[in-house]
Amino acid sequence: MSQQLAAIFAPGFFTSQIVQVAATVSAVAALVCGTVGVFTVIRGQSFAGEALGDISTTGGSGAFLVSAGPLWGFGVAAVAASAVMELIGIQRPRGRDLATGIVLGAGLGLAALFLYLDSVYDNTTGATVSIVFGSMFAITSSSIPAVGAFSALALCLVAALGRPLLLSSVSPELAAARGIPVRFVGAAFLLALAIAVALAAFTIGTILATALLVGPAATALRLTRSPARAIAAAAAIGIASCWLGIVLSYDSYDWYHQSGESWPVSFFVVTLIFFGYLLSGLPQRRRRRRPSVASDPASGPTLS
Amino acid sequence: MSERSSNGGASILAVDHLTVSLAGHEVLRDVSFSIEPGEFTGLIGSNGAGKTTLFRVILGLQAAHGTVLVGGAPRSRRNPLIGYVPQKFQLDPDVPLRTRDLVGLGLDAHRYGIAVPTRARRARVDEMLEAVDARGFADARVGTLSGGEQQRVLIAHALIAAPKLLLLDEPLANLDLRSGNEVVALLARIASEQQIAVLISAHEMNPLLPVIDRIVYLAGGRAASGTTEEVVRTSVLSALYGHHVDVLQVHGRVLVVAGEAGELADSGDHSHTQTQVEIIA
Amino acid sequence: MFSGFMVHAWMVASIVAIVAGLVGFFVVLRGSAFVAHAIPNGSFAGAVAASLIGVNTLIGFGLFALFGALSIGALGHRGRHDVATALTLVLMLGLGALFVSLSVEYAPEVYSLLFGEILGVSTSQLIPTAALAVVCLIAIALLYRPLMLSSLLPDVAESRGIATGRIDLAFLAVVALATTMTVPVVGTLLIFSLMIGAPAAARSFTDKPLQALGLSVAIALAIVWAAIALSYQTNLPVGFFVGTVSAASYTVGRLCAAWRRNANRGRSTIHRLPAASR
Repeated sequence: MSQQLAAIFAPGFFTSQIVQVAATVSAVAALVCGTVGVFTVIRGQSFAGEALGDISTTGGSGAFLVSAGPLWGFGVAAVAASAVMELIGIQRPRGRDLATGIVLGAGLGLAALFLYLDSVYDNTTGATVSIVFGSMFAITSSSIPAVGAFSALALCLVAALGRPLLLSSVSPELAAARGIPVRFVGAAFLLALAIAVALAAFTIGTILATALLVGPAATALRLTRSPARAIAAAAAIGIASCWLGIVLSYDSYDWYHQSGESWPVSFFVVTLIFFGYLLSGLPQRRRRRRPSVASDPASGPTLS
Repeated sequence: MSERSSNGGASILAVDHLTVSLAGHEVLRDVSFSIEPGEFTGLIGSNGAGKTTLFRVILGLQAAHGTVLVGGAPRSRRNPLIGYVPQKFQLDPDVPLRTRDLVGLGLDAHRYGIAVPTRARRARVDEMLEAVDARGFADARVGTLSGGEQQRVLIAHALIAAPKLLLLDEPLANLDLRSGNEVVALLARIASEQQIAVLISAHEMNPLLPVIDRIVYLAGGRAASGTTEEVVRTSVLSALYGHHVDVLQVHGRVLVVAGEAGELADSGDHSHTQTQVEIIA
Repeated sequence: MFSGFMVHAWMVASIVAIVAGLVGFFVVLRGSAFVAHAIPNGSFAGAVAASLIGVNTLIGFGLFALFGALSIGALGHRGRHDVATALTLVLMLGLGALFVSLSVEYAPEVYSLLFGEILGVSTSQLIPTAALAVVCLIAIALLYRPLMLSSLLPDVAESRGIATGRIDLAFLAVVALATTMTVPVVGTLLIFSLMIGAPAAARSFTDKPLQALGLSVAIALAIVWAAIALSYQTNLPVGFFVGTVSAASYTVGRLCAAWRRNANRGRSTIHRLPAASR
């Protein structure tokens, strides 16, 4: 038994502080992303999530310039970008992608500048790769308090918005009819989204952040029927993918003795999430297109 | 059920013993009716009665059992005899597309390549804009038009290809009463002037009653067709719904009223209280 | 600024701008900005893979761009690509992360792949770029009318026998093609701002679709030329200028549109009275 376990968990896995920090931070990030992600998918804001993730590159590279912690850079850039998106008009369904795209383009332009300056001042080119692709194993335990604070903020926001957020995500018209300030709720949610993305970017890299945000949530929404269960399932899937990714990446040290390098943990996490999504489509395909046809006159009263 | 048997021949649309199943559920069952050229027909049924499904069948987009003849020939995709006006239409005001551009697309959008702007093409577009009273906003962006104006533009878009049968899916659903009446009057004029058969779906029949030649009433997956007097009667509609309904005339408007189905089954007692009565059409 | 290798940079950049302006017009019309972001971004992994095994990066770009376009088309249904796009993108980027980590000395090139290397364009890139551009132009010209109708009124397009699914896939393939040729020049991340910024700005200036298309190309050219000139003068990365000038041109367009609306308000109501009174 212990031998089989040892085959899965390489020696030193559980005692390594690097692994412990990575597991903790990724679990917290997955929890936040699962919660925020479910609403993101319902609202059809995957692109906004992806854009905010990419734009955190700007923040990360900027933070690198001024020697600040990357998480703060991610957070500040994502929050600022979400504010601009809101101003340009992300609340209109058809203009949404455009508003996101314009902000994304400008943000990436800035990222290009910052990364260039990083390489000029620091004389290394490592900043690009480490910011863009990230590595959980590079996270230090000193960042855990900040991660905790950000997570608490995002979760509190979603919890406080609660039912109005759900209703206005499912049907903005219905929400508006009940007097919910749809635009304010949307803006507040965008803030939570920005924070969640910053956490995801910190965990698996800016360019892959969407995976943690959208993947588990989309999978969970396929498997469950109620929003609360979807959030729980999304968090569970996210945490499972991260931890499994950590194990595989840690093990991959031994796969190629000659290279002396492990495969990146972000790669494993993203791949696991993607195939999870594909698998979740199988049972759904069978029950798709249940008829929603009501031919009973009593079911559809129409006044004339 | 006073169904007119489809006499084929001159009919522009002949639907015969049509049955449609969606995912194992019968949406339409043994539906038969026909429409003559230039006839204005209302397709009436509550939400989910199968109106849009019937349209998709006629357009050749939905598999079905039974025969559907359009202009005497079996239905097919890309049928130049049919013009179609969809129910949902949302265009952002930001989209650079004028009314005349959208109407022009109706002429030949299925062809590959860019349209050559000729004088004849422009004249044809102008003629259509005139026909639907849209000259006033010919050069305005489609996204900035009101619902009634957009509906007229879509009608012009469908008419420019010179169809013989015009299908309109709930064109009145999102219009105020006045715009709705304008659209109905316009369609009636087009039907008689250009000898185009119009099949218009609606969940409420009253705005259409003054102009329609024929009604096709969908309920419970089945259809009754004929003139309004033949179809909108207590006996016919009760048979269609499979339980008793009353057809009432109130202030010149027709109401179809049903009680609780279960309660009606045990006796012929029709003395319902207000809360048990439901106006269904 | 116009001598030697710079001539190639100007020429290739101009070709890229023309294609981006043209394809971008439909990207914006269809509201598929996300797809236009995902396909170039994800195909970056292909370039890294190609250089890992010692193949021309253009082939890697092309294969991955096409793979991305097809899987987005297959996973999303009836034009709804949101989640499918996100997940296809991250899968490809995950592979990119793996390939980057496998190639030891690759780090400096990651930057140029992501943000472009327009000033280092060589003669050998001119011919394939021009060839792919011509293919893109022909494809767009052929698809123009059915693509237009199925973008605007998918229901009507279907009723007229246009295979909207196939048109959708064809358009995704065109985006993939445009990506393949443009990305080595302006980088995966910034081709996107060119494809979105220019057409989005163009539609603020005109109501006519063909004019908007032409204007979109013109603005894309202006953005790229300005970016190269500025980059040459300041020695800062060209991607920075492409991104910021695109966003600036969009902002100017929006302001102009708002101003035009205000100026037109009085006139258009009088203009429309006869129709309303009927």
